[in-house]
Amino acid sequence: MTTGTGPGTDAATAGYLLRLGDDALIAGHRMAEVVTRAPQLEEDVALANIALDLLGQARPLLTRAGELEGEGRDEDTLAYLRDEPEFRNCLLVELPNTDFAHTIARHLLFSCYARELYAALAASTDDVLAGVAGKAVKELDYHRDHAAQWTVRLGDGTEESAARMAAALDAAWPHVDEMFTADPVISAAAASGAGVDPAGLRPAWDSAVDAVLAEAGLHRPDLPPQAGPGGRGGRHGLHTQSFGFLLAEMQHVHRSHPGAAW
Amino acid sequence: MTLTGTAPAGPRQRFDAMISGEERIEPRDWMPDDYRATLIRQIAQHAHSEIIGMQPEGNWITRAPSLKRKAVLIAKVQDEAGHGLYLYSAAETLGVDRAELLDLLHEGRQRYSSIFNYPTPTWADVGAIGWLVDGAAITNQVPLCRCSYGPYARAMVRICKEESFHQRQGFEILHVLARGTPRQRAMAQDAVDRWYWPSLMMFGPPDSESAHSGKSMAWRIKRYSNDDLRQRFVDIIAEQVRALGLTLPDPDLAWNAERGHYDFGAVDWAEFTAVLKGDGPCNRQRIEHRRAAHADGAWVREAARAHAAKQADRAAAREAAR
Repeated sequence: MTTGTGPGTDAATAGYLLRLGDDALIAGHRMAEVVTRAPQLEEDVALANIALDLLGQARPLLTRAGELEGEGRDEDTLAYLRDEPEFRNCLLVELPNTDFAHTIARHLLFSCYARELYAALAASTDDVLAGVAGKAVKELDYHRDHAAQWTVRLGDGTEESAARMAAALDAAWPHVDEMFTADPVISAAAASGAGVDPAGLRPAWDSAVDAVLAEAGLHRPDLPPQAGPGGRGGRHGLHTQSFGFLLAEMQHVHRSHPGAAW
Repeated sequence: MTLTGTAPAGPRQRFDAMISGEERIEPRDWMPDDYRATLIRQIAQHAHSEIIGMQPEGNWITRAPSLKRKAVLIAKVQDEAGHGLYLYSAAETLGVDRAELLDLLHEGRQRYSSIFNYPTPTWADVGAIGWLVDGAAITNQVPLCRCSYGPYARAMVRICKEESFHQRQGFEILHVLARGTPRQRAMAQDAVDRWYWPSLMMFGPPDSESAHSGKSMAWRIKRYSNDDLRQRFVDIIAEQVRALGLTLPDPDLAWNAERGHYDFGAVDWAEFTAVLKGDGPCNRQRIEHRRAAHADGAWVREAARAHAAKQADRAAAREAAR
């Protein structure tokens, strides 16, 4: 194993992987909620595919986080038996599917970030993370392309679709900065070479998103980042109101049968 | 039997000869009007069943009890959407389009398999649907891989491969539950108890009362009778249920050495008729879910059309300016 040199490094990498794993898990869960409700059958297939990719990224990340943490928690323990304050995903990925435009806006902004992130993480000193990243970057290329195409169709489509797409971008935009903000865990992982400093991904994200918005005839929302209590947000375990409902639904069967195997 | 149609003797004779020679009829071949109508009805019903069938299991995606199960279930529901796509495409080769067929589904003028009007109250239902419902579907559909209409037969080859994978997954879900905690085991048995009889109804009414069977057999769309297929299915699940360590809720189920088949109890055809007529537990809910998804997506489809038209106009303008 090429990771780190001591327990402190492993703990930071575990925390970092938990952030990445939670982002993918919750983004995938939200995407899967739309399956059977998409505007057309092709989108049921596409959104299910995206949900599967994200879940496929989340599982090895959470498994690896549990290994490095060393407390015997596997992917299911981490997904199903943590309470809301223990989830470390950014707030953007948990935003609800208010309409199709919200689903697309959320995933455009997230996939443009995650694509750059995993491209950089392919060189992670953690072998498992580097492997996941190498695969994820190809998947996220497709996700970004899918979201970009729909953003353009909706922005350039009808008056209604343009208005809905603009409203969806407004709803997601205040959560963009959080993706690019390092906390002490992320900084430690970046310093060890297991992770990357997300601030460095911002220029590539800006140009990718700006290009899509320009083609769609949409404007970059002029909205400040959402202020969290004491500057805290998802990375600190402080989530949006709908997140508790997401967890209640996701976890209830698993929690109703303590210790059962599935 | 006499086939009705208005074509000159030549094409009709060629059609009849192709059917009896076990050749495939392709979209450009002449075919009798009621052969076409029968296929449209059957393929559309089959396509509708795939997309309505996404719902009973789809509502467990967000609650699946492990991440592995969640991934497998998303993939399965995705497969069903894909089957819907192949089948609507197969129907389109007969001169109808998907939008038209979806309207007929939403208006209640075309049917889907009645089995999907039953509810899925527990996680074990996902297993029981895979084992029994997909199992019955495969028994029905494997012979369709040799159906006389080429596009349908080819779609069925791919669908059957995926369905048999689903069936094994369903069996495995139940297998794990049956060896789990007492509550998990009870959940598995309860689901099997609820899905057994409806799965036998999936083969359709008894041969003596099957409205469409005779013609479909003559045209080699259908190869085996409803009762034959039902028997084949019972023979399979009566053995498999023992491997699960569960039971089927049929006191009359017993091996009959003389017939070389399992005997089984009488299906409640009154229930079948009631569900078929729209009075099952979830008929209204399933159609309402479909209608709502379609209506909620109308502005999206309209936007995609408007964008495509604008793109075409812009391309034409660029061309004109050259």
